[in-house]
Amino acid sequence: MIAGGTVVDALGSRRADVRVENGRVVDVAPDLPTTGDEASLDASGCVVSPGFVDLHVHLREPGDEEAETIETGTRAAARGGFTAVVAMPNTRPALDDAAVVSSVLALGKEAGLCDVVSSGCITVGRAGEQLAPMGELYALGVRVFTDDGFCVASAGVMRRALEYAASLPGAIVAQHAEDETLAAGGHMHEGAWSSRLGIPGRPSVAETVIVARDIELCEVTGTPVHFLHCSAAGTVALVRAAKARGLPVTAECAPHHFSLTDECCEGFDPMFKVHPPLRTQADVDAIREGLADGTIDAIATDHAPHTPESKERPFEEAPPGMLGLETALGVTLTELVEPGHLSLADALGLLSWRPARIAGLESHGGPILAGAQANLTIFDPGHEWIVEPERLASRARNTPFVGRTLRGKVTHTVLFGNVVVQDGEATR
Amino acid sequence: MKHLLSVDDLDVESLTAMLDLSEQFVAVNQRDIPKVPALRGKVVASLFYEDSTRTRLSFETAAKRLSCDVMNFSVSQSSVKKGESLLDTVQTIEAMGIDAIVIRHPSAGAPHRITEWVDASVINAGDGRHAHPTQALLDVLTLRRHREMNGLRVAIVGDVRHSRVARSNVKALHLLGADVTLVAPPTLLPESLDGWPVHVSHDLDDVISEVDVVMLLRMQFERQQEALFPTVREYTARYGLTEARADRLKPDALIMHPGPMNRGVELAASVADGPASLVTEQVSNGVAVRMAVLYTLLGSGASVV
Repeated sequence: MIAGGTVVDALGSRRADVRVENGRVVDVAPDLPTTGDEASLDASGCVVSPGFVDLHVHLREPGDEEAETIETGTRAAARGGFTAVVAMPNTRPALDDAAVVSSVLALGKEAGLCDVVSSGCITVGRAGEQLAPMGELYALGVRVFTDDGFCVASAGVMRRALEYAASLPGAIVAQHAEDETLAAGGHMHEGAWSSRLGIPGRPSVAETVIVARDIELCEVTGTPVHFLHCSAAGTVALVRAAKARGLPVTAECAPHHFSLTDECCEGFDPMFKVHPPLRTQADVDAIREGLADGTIDAIATDHAPHTPESKERPFEEAPPGMLGLETALGVTLTELVEPGHLSLADALGLLSWRPARIAGLESHGGPILAGAQANLTIFDPGHEWIVEPERLASRARNTPFVGRTLRGKVTHTVLFGNVVVQDGEATR
Repeated sequence: MKHLLSVDDLDVESLTAMLDLSEQFVAVNQRDIPKVPALRGKVVASLFYEDSTRTRLSFETAAKRLSCDVMNFSVSQSSVKKGESLLDTVQTIEAMGIDAIVIRHPSAGAPHRITEWVDASVINAGDGRHAHPTQALLDVLTLRRHREMNGLRVAIVGDVRHSRVARSNVKALHLLGADVTLVAPPTLLPESLDGWPVHVSHDLDDVISEVDVVMLLRMQFERQQEALFPTVREYTARYGLTEARADRLKPDALIMHPGPMNRGVELAASVADGPASLVTEQVSNGVAVRMAVLYTLLGSGASVV
């Protein structure tokens, strides 16, 4: 029994208690009477939401377990309020093979902290040449195909992938949109700050040329295209126009792209190095507008753990990427909801039910009604906390939000009826 | 002042003080025995992750003339070859007891990172495309010895985009009131000049007769492979200080180059060796400037001479 909270889901907001039995919601109503021996969570002052869904998480296993494992990554996810995460394919070996995908799914189940949904590669070894066995991966439940970390550079290969995916209902092809001929050798956004700091840049146009191209390929093939971690104002405009044309295009953006700018790189701290890079305030503003008007469909963290030693290097030598799972809600509420860019319900839509639909996850993100799977997130929207890297559940520590005060913290996460986070801490 | 990472660490007062102090060391360097005991017992480690002749020797000479002990760290003969990280390398060096690290590194901001890891003073001897503050100091010292800086018209010609020398010189020249014009094709200029106190020209012939100083930058030939300019020949034709262009300079105009020069590319050999050239003076002033930097960061503040 979850008592005293405010339920917010795709149907709206209402004061209600939620009774969960055997992994499902059985009753939702104000002031439900408690039965004698049932466990009760006090959710007064808290929001009860469908569990969050992250379309973009690097769990690093197999291959880079010193940075993150499926267990530590899903523990971080659960603490962040996520009941499902889509694991990105740039593991070693890559997720281009049924055996590797099966092992990721099994390790996710074993950890039992969060529903691990595997992505699958578009091309073998993410090399951008030969199609991965998309049908075999689809049979294991893969719906999101991506070579993330790498862009599918060849327009011809991208077209064939989209054509082939049309035979797999519900499958989407997700593009890491960065033209390497424009971005190669770059380490931060190309602009005033890169020019001043002498750090080679990755220009916005590297993203927009691929987005523009793939929108055309989407129209030709009819297969849904999803754009990962959109960072540039131009991308928001392109996606908005594509949607106006009625094309099946979706887009996500990461919390760091609506809260931080390239100015953060001033001190040469590699914690702020990420691909695509932190861009300008104008880009941040455009992304916020895109989130507010529905152009951008999801907030996805691009959670990218790296070992401390790999970030203790000069900026240009450190790997790109930053943590995101445990700060996503706080950054969203602090940067978008509190200043009035988004309503709370719209923000939760971006964190939960809209990404759930993109990934085809029927057990997550649905309205909190009797009969629904009990994948729920309970958070205190007023709770202020300071981001302390050493207190994160992730094995890595590379958060760009270190020392920041955020408002909004997950108190409980319920996964198929099991309380996996209680009072902010993982139960397993 | 503990570190010298960029010209941004200086304001007009501290820059002027540094140049005034450099003048004292210019005088010291003209003595029969150009050595003072000012920093006796101090240890300076020089850590060069890129090849260098003049900067490395210049720092070493400067340190020795101040009676410092100098530890030379050659990356090619060190544990870096075994994969030792920059963090471990500088901490190892610091554990041996040093007062300053002079570092050159191919990555912008590497000296800034090091300041977070060690207590020693850090002097940037060039980091990626970012900064080369002692080069800018020696350039403005050299100019200041010949001309009034305020209102001086300086053209910086060539590959500004990849040049830490240009980035540092723009700041130092601007601090002293000079008027800077960058001259290069758009592909060799920074992507954005937002906030840079400079004029821009793509045509050297337009500015050649207007300026008091031409500062040429080294052309890196590998940039041709990156499609940043068509051929070396075309570069020289459009942006080289040829004899014909040199003839159009003001009669008292001065010519500078940070070295190493590509004779016949950025500037004609006869121009490099001509009376207007300050190239060798730049090198000798480099020692005095680096003495001033070391003395400012490590010295007691007592009078030098």
